[in-house]
Amino acid sequence: MSEPAITARDLTRRFGSFTAVNAITFEVEQGEVFGFLGANGAGKTTAMRMLIGVLQPTSGSATVAGFDIKTQPEQVRRRIGYMSQKFSLYEDLTVRENITLYGGIYGVSNQDIATRTGEILTRIGLEHVGNELVREIPLGWKQQLAFSVALLHRPGVVFLDEPTSGVDPITRRRFWELIYETAAQGTTVLITTHYLDEAEYCRRISIMVDGAIAAMGTPTEVRQAVGAATLDDVFLKLTRPGAAA
Amino acid sequence: MRAFLGFVRKETLHLLRDRQTLAILILFPVVQVLIFGFAVRTDVEDIAIAIVDPTPDIATNQLRERVATSDRFHLVEVVPGTQGLELEFRRGTIRQALVLPRDVERKLGRGDSLPVQLLTDGSDPNTGGIMQGYATAILQRWYRDAVPAGGPLRIEAETRLRYNPTLESAYLFVPGLIAFVLTIMSALMTAISITREKETGTMEMLLVSPIRPRAIVAGKVIPYIVLGFIGVVLVLVAARTVFGVPLQGSLLLLLAESGLYILTALALGIVISTRAPNQRAAMIAALAGLMMPTLLLSGFIFPLDSLPWPLQWLSSVVPARWFLTIVRGVMLKGAGLATLWQETLILIGMTMFLLAVGSRKLAIRLD
Amino acid sequence: MRTTFFLVRKEFLQIFRDRTTVFQIFMIPVIQLLILANAATFDVKRVRMLVVDEDRTTVSTGLVERLEGGRQFRVVRYEPSDVGVDYALLDRQVTAVLHIPRRFEEDLVRRGRAPVQLVLNSEEGATAGIVQSYATAILDSYARELDRTLPTVRAGSSTVRRVAPLDLRTRRWYNPTRNYKHWMVPALMVSLTTIIGLLLTAQNIVRENELGTLEQLNVTPMTKLQFIAGKLIPFWLLALVIFSLGLLIGRLVFGIPMRGSLLLVYLAAAVYLIVVLGLGLWISTITRTQQQAMFVAFFMILIFLLMSGLFTPVESMPKWAQLVAEANPVKHFVGIMRAVLVRGAGIETVGRPIVGLAVAGIGVLALAVLRYRKSVA
Repeated sequence: MSEPAITARDLTRRFGSFTAVNAITFEVEQGEVFGFLGANGAGKTTAMRMLIGVLQPTSGSATVAGFDIKTQPEQVRRRIGYMSQKFSLYEDLTVRENITLYGGIYGVSNQDIATRTGEILTRIGLEHVGNELVREIPLGWKQQLAFSVALLHRPGVVFLDEPTSGVDPITRRRFWELIYETAAQGTTVLITTHYLDEAEYCRRISIMVDGAIAAMGTPTEVRQAVGAATLDDVFLKLTRPGAAA
Repeated sequence: MRAFLGFVRKETLHLLRDRQTLAILILFPVVQVLIFGFAVRTDVEDIAIAIVDPTPDIATNQLRERVATSDRFHLVEVVPGTQGLELEFRRGTIRQALVLPRDVERKLGRGDSLPVQLLTDGSDPNTGGIMQGYATAILQRWYRDAVPAGGPLRIEAETRLRYNPTLESAYLFVPGLIAFVLTIMSALMTAISITREKETGTMEMLLVSPIRPRAIVAGKVIPYIVLGFIGVVLVLVAARTVFGVPLQGSLLLLLAESGLYILTALALGIVISTRAPNQRAAMIAALAGLMMPTLLLSGFIFPLDSLPWPLQWLSSVVPARWFLTIVRGVMLKGAGLATLWQETLILIGMTMFLLAVGSRKLAIRLD
Repeated sequence: MRTTFFLVRKEFLQIFRDRTTVFQIFMIPVIQLLILANAATFDVKRVRMLVVDEDRTTVSTGLVERLEGGRQFRVVRYEPSDVGVDYALLDRQVTAVLHIPRRFEEDLVRRGRAPVQLVLNSEEGATAGIVQSYATAILDSYARELDRTLPTVRAGSSTVRRVAPLDLRTRRWYNPTRNYKHWMVPALMVSLTTIIGLLLTAQNIVRENELGTLEQLNVTPMTKLQFIAGKLIPFWLLALVIFSLGLLIGRLVFGIPMRGSLLLVYLAAAVYLIVVLGLGLWISTITRTQQQAMFVAFFMILIFLLMSGLFTPVESMPKWAQLVAEANPVKHFVGIMRAVLVRGAGIETVGRPIVGLAVAGIGVLALAVLRYRKSVA
């Protein structure tokens, strides 16, 4: 079995006296679609930010794409893609300009940038708005564009932070098709979300409560382990222990 | 009414929480006063001067003594000839040179005319003139004393300087500083505050609330009025305690006029915020757009009387210009409302005009 | 490197797409230079004067005529006595008062000396000095004229020995026409370019942080040096363009002298701008909001401008302040500009300040690069 794409061992992050991420340990296989669930403030975004290298852990360790996040951050960065909650595209640049920019930064050759730009535009259906400012295109397209940009340099692992927030169900569906396509090609996807139905789309999930992983496994395994019929109930049970199922 | 007060409270808390900005807002006026008072001067001292003395004798020795011991001059060198002078001027190591003729003592004894050359670095016409004046004065005095009897006719001017007899820099700049600081800070704060609200989208939320748009603007502005007053008081305290800048007139009048001017500047900020599409544009418009004109057209540093007449017209549109006259009047001259009513009226007019324009545009923008 | 190139390209695209910003970047300095160059002058014309002539002789009238004759004074009121003088000064009706006492002519004839009183409104400080020098110059030249024409009787001496007055020839180098613009325009240019450059860079990084795009960049393999370079280069180029525009305007519109080497000026400008823009970027890395960044930048700009010799001479500052001013890049560049353009100085004069600026530039950039963190500790 090949090396895991992501490993974390006792990964911890404290802000002063507040522990946001409490010694989490897990592994993600290559090509897996792994869902990070939890309520707002449970620590999933903080955990992700440590894995992508923009936040340093207080203690513990982690590797991404085989490289240690603390000692080899630059190697990690070359091999990952990231899509933030805000999509983080430059609103005052056009679609094409955004793609070119990130392609260039990641060292994609000019020729490849040109080819892949065409591919992306066609796949999302943005051929006619290639030269429009990102500010002007609808939210759903922005989201798919941000995802494509994250994959532009063919990273081995891609991190998605609440990518479907605020997007209509049809676009969400289309988005998940994109995710599956990507995973099928061998890219590992780590996605945080608070939509519980999306949890079913993942191969494995973990549920974070107050900074620690309260449950982890395939959706079925988690339901069985917690003793609840639906993931909704799992959630309730974990976050409010007193609430009856 | 309660909603309005709650809104004011929110704005105040917002302001208080931003420690960095608050520190700057409070430090800023004080530091400016200190710098201006201590460091910025218009008088000229320590002028680097060289004397060219081909035949040194008793008379020229007297002159050399006087120059060397004068506070105003710093005698760099005494040389026999003029070679190398030009290079030194160019390098800036000397700024003036006195070129004496040969056999000064003898010429003086015989009553011959004494041709003396005074070379001055005139790049800066202002200091050039001042330096020339000082050197001329020293030369004339020396000449009178060196000449055996009588001496030429002279008309001696006894000069008295009113309102600022010692030409203290602090006296000159502090009133202007108050005007300048208030202008920039008030306009800037307001412009930022309103555009930030627009940018983050909370403006829409406010509009849905029962507070009327004008009240929103008013509410935003009130904490800054208070802040402006604090700034004025701080500057005044620093000016009086550290530099002894006088307050010949009524403190109450000064505070009242300052209050009026704060409103003017805030109104200016409102107008800027209506025309700026985002925070950055607002800030640049307020800072880059206001700084130099306020410094140069208000009479702060360069005298109003020196402005060519088209700019005199332009300066009358700059609110700081009127406020500066008022502050100088009250602080240095002890002037009262009787003398200052015109300027005050103009400020009131400007404020009302700006408020009208600003709030109308704002209302349109928001709707 | 390639990454830096893409970052620079992005920055340019963003700047030029925003019409308001482009307008502000170019128009504010240009318009202000055109207008304000005329404002920065201490030249006082037509000073309003009140004359109290208690002597009312030919000699005293002659003096008043002399004063009125030049373009420097304008006698707006004559009074027989001092009454009302105070109010006239207070109300700003006049800026100067000349009081000629009763025995003016008699004193000149008998004793060869006569006093007059000059009262000047010094609320504007700088004016007083200049007015005083104008007035004394006129008094001096009138005295010389009288010397030739007025018969004198010196008490106690039988022969009147007339001594020639001092034959003083004054020459003003570099700016004989006393054109304030020659002195101020180079400095104004520097100031205006600096203001806009510093403000733009100061809020740049903070803005990206506020918008969220900074995080996306931090996830990429882009290095801190590439990032800072990618921010510095576009604004540096822009600032040089603005600077050149300023020079062009200075030359064509105001006729400022260019006695020294333009190449030297540009070398100095290139180095100077690195320091200034680098400072802006550094500010951007130490502040959390655009508002804070602007305030800090403004604070810095004002201190720099005031202690740069732009408005008031550096030589007039107390020694300790001059020492502090050595750390002020604006002071050095303004000095270089004036030295090269107005005095025609060469590398022997400006070499050291340029090297100093270069060192400062490297230091500031290092500060910014070190301060910028791709990941939060």
